[in-house]
Amino acid sequence: MTAPALIEVRDLSIGFTGRAGETLPVLRNVDLVVGAGETVGLVGESGSGKSTLALAMMGYLKGGLRVLGGGTRFRDRETFRLTARALQTMRGGDLALIPQNAGQALTPTLRVSALIAEALRLHSRVPAAAHHARAIELLAQVRLPDPEALLRRYPHELSGGQQQRVAIAMALAGEPNALLLDEPTTGLDVTTQAHVLELLRDLAARTGTAMVYVSHDLGAIARVCDRVVVMYAGELVLDGSARSVLRAPAHPYAHGLVASIPRLGGSGLPRAMEGRPPPPGGAGVGCAFVDRCALAVERCRAARPALDLVLDGTRSRCHRAVDAAARSARGEPASPRARASADPSTPALRVRDLCISYARPRVLDQLLGREPDAVPTVDGITLDVARGETLALVGESGSGKSSILKALAGLVTPRGGAVALADGEALAPSVELRTPAVRREIQLVFQNPDESLNPRHTVAEILAQPLRLYFDLDAEALRERSAELLERVRLGPHYLERLPAQLSGGEKQRVAIARAFAARPSVVLCDEVTSALDVSVQAAVLDLLDQLRAEARVTYVFVSHDLAVVRALADRVVVLYQGRVCELGPVGAVYDLPAHPYTEMLLRAVLEPDPDVAPSLLGEDVVERAPPARGCPFQRRCHRRVGEICASESPPVQLGGDGHQIRCHRPLAELARLQALEAPAASAPPESAGNRGDGR
Amino acid sequence: MVRLIARRLVLGLATVALVSLIIFAGVEALPGDACTAFLERDAQGQLLENCRRDLGLNRSAPRRYLDWVANLLAGDLGRTANGQRPIADLVGPRARNSFLLASIAALVGIPLAIVLGVITALARDRLADIWLSAVAILAMTVPEFVSATVLLLVFSVWLGWFPGVVLVSADAPIAALLPQLVLPVITVTLVLTAHILRMVRSSVIEVMGSDYVQMAVLKGVPYWQVVFRHVLPNALLPAINIIALTIAWLLGGLVVIEIVFNYPGLGRLMIESITKRDLPVVQAIAIILALVYVGVNLLADLMTMVLNPRLRTHHGGRR
Repeated sequence: MTAPALIEVRDLSIGFTGRAGETLPVLRNVDLVVGAGETVGLVGESGSGKSTLALAMMGYLKGGLRVLGGGTRFRDRETFRLTARALQTMRGGDLALIPQNAGQALTPTLRVSALIAEALRLHSRVPAAAHHARAIELLAQVRLPDPEALLRRYPHELSGGQQQRVAIAMALAGEPNALLLDEPTTGLDVTTQAHVLELLRDLAARTGTAMVYVSHDLGAIARVCDRVVVMYAGELVLDGSARSVLRAPAHPYAHGLVASIPRLGGSGLPRAMEGRPPPPGGAGVGCAFVDRCALAVERCRAARPALDLVLDGTRSRCHRAVDAAARSARGEPASPRARASADPSTPALRVRDLCISYARPRVLDQLLGREPDAVPTVDGITLDVARGETLALVGESGSGKSSILKALAGLVTPRGGAVALADGEALAPSVELRTPAVRREIQLVFQNPDESLNPRHTVAEILAQPLRLYFDLDAEALRERSAELLERVRLGPHYLERLPAQLSGGEKQRVAIARAFAARPSVVLCDEVTSALDVSVQAAVLDLLDQLRAEARVTYVFVSHDLAVVRALADRVVVLYQGRVCELGPVGAVYDLPAHPYTEMLLRAVLEPDPDVAPSLLGEDVVERAPPARGCPFQRRCHRRVGEICASESPPVQLGGDGHQIRCHRPLAELARLQALEAPAASAPPESAGNRGDGR
Repeated sequence: MVRLIARRLVLGLATVALVSLIIFAGVEALPGDACTAFLERDAQGQLLENCRRDLGLNRSAPRRYLDWVANLLAGDLGRTANGQRPIADLVGPRARNSFLLASIAALVGIPLAIVLGVITALARDRLADIWLSAVAILAMTVPEFVSATVLLLVFSVWLGWFPGVVLVSADAPIAALLPQLVLPVITVTLVLTAHILRMVRSSVIEVMGSDYVQMAVLKGVPYWQVVFRHVLPNALLPAINIIALTIAWLLGGLVVIEIVFNYPGLGRLMIESITKRDLPVVQAIAIILALVYVGVNLLADLMTMVLNPRLRTHHGGRR
């Protein structure tokens, strides 16, 4: 770190006043220096204080927070002592923020042109007459097509990726020396995320802008940052080069965090971390991680470790840092999945030619009984899911994966096709028409337990609802059964009297899972069940789901945008694009050779938490709003397009072995050959260090 | 956009049509009719029949409804129950008076409410907010007849600045009405300002907490520019509909205030007609008020649509 310091955080503690008047710290004694041109990743789970730290670098505190000690400096000036005017000059000028969820961070009543012109007016010397030209330049710099037209749009008229790029262009308007990025790609599709990250990497390399990249996603951090800083319970616990932190983290928490990330390459479930972080002010005199640490010794409880230099520039807040690094380097195998009990001879769920359309028939069509002529959102879905099998539906937003789930649950009435359970009898299309027995068989677990659990019901009441509905139980039996259900999702019976607000995110999702299993279903539909959870919690929930499946021999239909999670949990995977099946097959086969061009594009774009694995971007991240009326659904984005036939004819189904099927006009063998030809660049072994220079 | 406006227009017209039917059915359901009310104790035998024939009351109800609607469309409100005056002559000046009172109150009250609402929101939980909010809640909760009486006592009885009751006739020239209007306007403005102020305050506070305002601050936008460029345009959009409702209420619903000040407006005429059981007049006023409500709300919807890019470019909403 020879570069002069740009941002300096010295012994910074930030906290708020609790209900009893006590001071509760959210940041404790953070020391961090970011040099000019450096890219630093700030990793941690929710509540770790990473966003608070980043915003503090801009001299900004969220409501209720105050500085308890220490301070931050930017270019040798105390940030918290700057006048309002000096702060305004600094923010967005020399130090710019790229926000999380750009969709909500762009003022809805202002056009893109006004938003960028505002930044130019405040932070550049560009005269007003030249704002338009400069704005076009900036938009071109963030690789937005047709900047002229884009400037006239309002934020809501852009796709998520476009909004994020506009936010980046806005930040670049002041030609900053440092960028703070607050989870800039969270919520974007895999391919879009990969494109945005490549752009940021490129910017950092070309302009020498320093970056502080806040994220919970180690994959994204590994891609962009040279240095990684890990936060835990408001403390900086590990600070080192991206390679050392991700490969052999010299802190047990960072080790657990890295181990809990599911990988594309490995099969089996990632290791979950036990316990949860202490609440603000909840850490004792010793190390904040002591209760969850496998290496903890007497000293860890007695004294809080200091952030000490361990090896080659790595700082770790651990008494046993050297041992931790050694243990991490050995690695930990993923735990194998529970014995598969899938029995392909008895499908638990059969779907035939499912077709969903959201186009509302016009009044005239309704009167004449005509079908609406719009191209359906989802079409031609035919699947058999075996008992005890986990089938994953993957695809980007708009792929129709959630629509299919809703149709299976009867929440959306399909336009055509049939759904049947094990007995083979077609189910009524909507849930109102289904018998209680059928409803009991199909249960749903939602993405966000905060919204799917009634905040005014205790856990006991939540679990009692399905039990009362489907089984005639007396109070005693009800309680017994509820306690048993909680036991199965690894929560004690003392949780019965709690309200959802008194549970952590992972515990809430366990209760939601218990509620689904209370009905003794044969099919459980999981809609992005882990995407609202932190990685370490996610690992535990995935493990739980897998155990439950083996125990109860249920069938999962598991919707996710996270391809690594799917690899860890599923038996078979369906890749969807624009509501049509592109590829279907056993996870092993699909992931080892993603034959379909879309699957290939998706998998290549996934970011692995490894600084030496580079994603490759095939094609542009265009957003399509409606599937094409004819031909292959993927024709407009395909990098392996054959020709006219792709637009005119639906691709044929080609069968590989083992139930693997793809729909493409190119023969399977040819696709495999094409990929093998390009392979050296795309999937280089870690030793050859991808396309990222080691010297940086 | 054009289709959207057309849809709103059709919906508005449908509402008015439905309301006209309900009004007619309601009046129809009352015991007695215009003739029994007018003839009082003589309402029997030949006299009643003659009266009904003269007024066309002996025809079937659907027929009379259609006639009424046809006349309304032609701009004819009909005649009073005693058949002596065209209703339009009676309603016209009073509608003008109500409109005068409403527009002055709106012109004073709405800008005042918006300014105060923004001030209270920006000074949230500070002294200015606490005082203004407290006064607003007081103004909202004290019934108009109480505040009107207090104002009368202070300014008319004790100080003698303004006349206590309006003594000019309904069709007096506006200049003669103006001095009489001061106290009614103050009373109305109090309530109106309080309602809109609370609405604007909560809306501004909500927007101040949004991600895009935090972003604007972190982009280095000076405070007042944040307020005027990023906060207000977004915060005032939802206020438009509340303002519209308030205006509609002003135009038709000031019964209590008009009675207290003896102000010759539509509200008072309505009450008087009800007491006299002058059903054609009641019917006419009801349909006028329905038109006003629908019209003002339609206008508000259109305004929101014009000012809110998210509604204006509706087709792009799911891009």
